[in-house]
Amino acid sequence: MTTLNTAPNIPQPDDFYAELLALHEGRSKAESDAINARLVLILANHIGDRQVLRNALKAAADPGGRRSAGPEGHARR
Amino acid sequence: MARIFETPLYPYRRSPDQDAAAPVRHPVVVVGAGPVGLACAIDLARQDIPVVVLDENDKVSFGSRAICFAKRPLEILDRLGCAEPMVEKGVVWNVGKVFFGDRRVYEFNLLPEAGHRRPAFINLQQYYFEKFLVDRVRELQAEGRPIEIRGNSKVTAVGRGGDGVALSVETPEGPYRMRADWLIACDGANSPIRAMMGLDFVGRVFEDNFLIADVVMEAAFPTERWFWFDPPFNRGQSALLHKQPDGVWRIDLQLGWNIDKEREKQPENVIPRLKAMLGEDAKFTLEWVSIYTFQCRRMESFRHGQVLFAGDSAHQVSPFGARGANSGLQDADNLVWKLKLVMEGSAPESLLDSYDTERLYGADENILNSSRSTDFITPKSEMSRIFRDAVLDLSEHFAFARPLVNSGRLSVPCTYDGSPLNGPDAQGLPPRTRPGSPAVDAPIKEGWLLDRLGDRFQLLTIDAEAPDLIENGGIAVERLALSTADDPTGALKERYLGDAGSAVYLLRPDQHVAARWTAFDRAEVEAALAKATGR
Ligand SMILES: Cc1cc2nc3c(=O)[nH]c(=O)nc-3n(C[C@H](O)[C@H](O)[C@H](O)COP(=O)(O)OP(=O)(O)OC[C@H]3O[C@@H](n4cnc5c(N)ncnc54)[C@H](O)[C@@H]3O)c2cc1C
Repeated sequence: MTTLNTAPNIPQPDDFYAELLALHEGRSKAESDAINARLVLILANHIGDRQVLRNALKAAADPGGRRSAGPEGHARR
Repeated sequence: MARIFETPLYPYRRSPDQDAAAPVRHPVVVVGAGPVGLACAIDLARQDIPVVVLDENDKVSFGSRAICFAKRPLEILDRLGCAEPMVEKGVVWNVGKVFFGDRRVYEFNLLPEAGHRRPAFINLQQYYFEKFLVDRVRELQAEGRPIEIRGNSKVTAVGRGGDGVALSVETPEGPYRMRADWLIACDGANSPIRAMMGLDFVGRVFEDNFLIADVVMEAAFPTERWFWFDPPFNRGQSALLHKQPDGVWRIDLQLGWNIDKEREKQPENVIPRLKAMLGEDAKFTLEWVSIYTFQCRRMESFRHGQVLFAGDSAHQVSPFGARGANSGLQDADNLVWKLKLVMEGSAPESLLDSYDTERLYGADENILNSSRSTDFITPKSEMSRIFRDAVLDLSEHFAFARPLVNSGRLSVPCTYDGSPLNGPDAQGLPPRTRPGSPAVDAPIKEGWLLDRLGDRFQLLTIDAEAPDLIENGGIAVERLALSTADDPTGALKERYLGDAGSAVYLLRPDQHVAARWTAFDRAEVEAALAKATGR
């Protein structure tokens, strides 16, 4: 599968979201940055598929997918 | 005792050229007796092309500089007849350890594949490397081969005329002029010839300084490559420790950008840094210390008419990955056979443009790898440091993160994918020996495959029929017939046949694969030969 799944895929989304926030509870900005970076790397490795990863990077940078449409990325709304 | 890099190896001697009425003309002049210039000259002379090497100095590289030499350059040196003393003297290593802060996060083993004559890497001081090349020059001279090194002969001007190149040379006894049909500029990263010709050398400077020290010590450190990110003895920076022959250890310490280079180079400042790293009680003496700023840049083109640039004069990389001298030797390997065919008139001059294409491709690959290593070692933004540190933290516990750690991607041979010289490929044969790749070594019944290849076009047949000799347009293609019956380890089959029952490889004089098929077809081979020689 090389398409990025952007349909809802996480069971009990509220629980997951709470766990994600709990991860950062009481941490300094530096600690949180480090955790986030490790998390990105762990998840990226789990996915592995370069095409999916590329799509995920793109989606993260530009969720509306419009930036590439206009000159110098100013096409957003 | 005088150290080897302080002893004149090719002292100045007056040349008859200096007393000639008119500038004497030479077929090939090489400027620079560094690793690359010497390799070019040796390759030319052993094929009986007269060559004169000019160097402004009369000694090998001052201090050690390059220490890490990879398998492919060693194979090239086997073809040139001088790898043996290097491998004998060199230190073979396979294990590397990575430290982050005060922790050892992981260790790796290069696990070199079996069935190669040469090891993955040896460590050897550049001055030894050059010394063995000079020894080879002397050997060739004793055999009566046409090669000469002129020490203390500095090129001060080059001029390009209709045919060939005019040179002015400065010596202790005054200047003289000479001419060359072909000039190979191997005059190093600051190439005066490049400057004299007004040619660009563009790229990226890494805003960082590295203290490079070679120390002599009796130490219990094992023969391993140790790399530190952010160690207690050099906070926020990196460090490297690597062993060379004669109890010499290479130490690299990253110093940062805003430093006083002259001050940092003084022993009273260097020694405390080294003691912090090696331990207060460590007994060592400094052999050589220098401070470098690293750059990744290259010329836009390596060929300018009759002037060809090779080695650091053409491209420069940061030393993480050991790609400088290693790639320069691949330049020499690529250039000399082409120049020979052009000089003999059996290939058009345009064949030399493929030197440019293929080695630019190689240089870009090296620059890419070396820039990425440098970006990992010295992160340039807050976020790149956060990710770098995350990779290192994870690498201690999870195998997946280890391939992301980049303390230098060590030099691997270049495959010229997409080269204009490449002919057809055949379905089903192993990818690693596809057209453009250097032939992969393998044990055969009597010795090693690579010892049987090189210096001429060859047709390697494995369980396939073909004529023993094909002549086409003044170029002979000799057959080397092998069979899986004389494949003691199965490596030949694995590396050259894969699932196919037979194969026919057209190999270039630099041992690179030009084209391959599963069976012989004369018209196909002749067409591929024409393509591989630029006809
Ligand atoms: C700290 C450090 C570590 C390194 N580690 C490695 C490593 O591990 N592995 C690796 O492969 N590479 C390494 N390198 C790179 C390697 O040292 C160079 O790539 C290599 O020396 C290039 O060889 P060269 O023959 O092109 O040029 P050079 O070795 O620079 O030789 C140029 C020659 O030209 C001569 N010359 C210059 N101008 C003139 C003139 N006008 N007239 C006549 N002669 C002239 C000079 O005297 C010199 O002898 C390292 C470099 C450094 C600095």
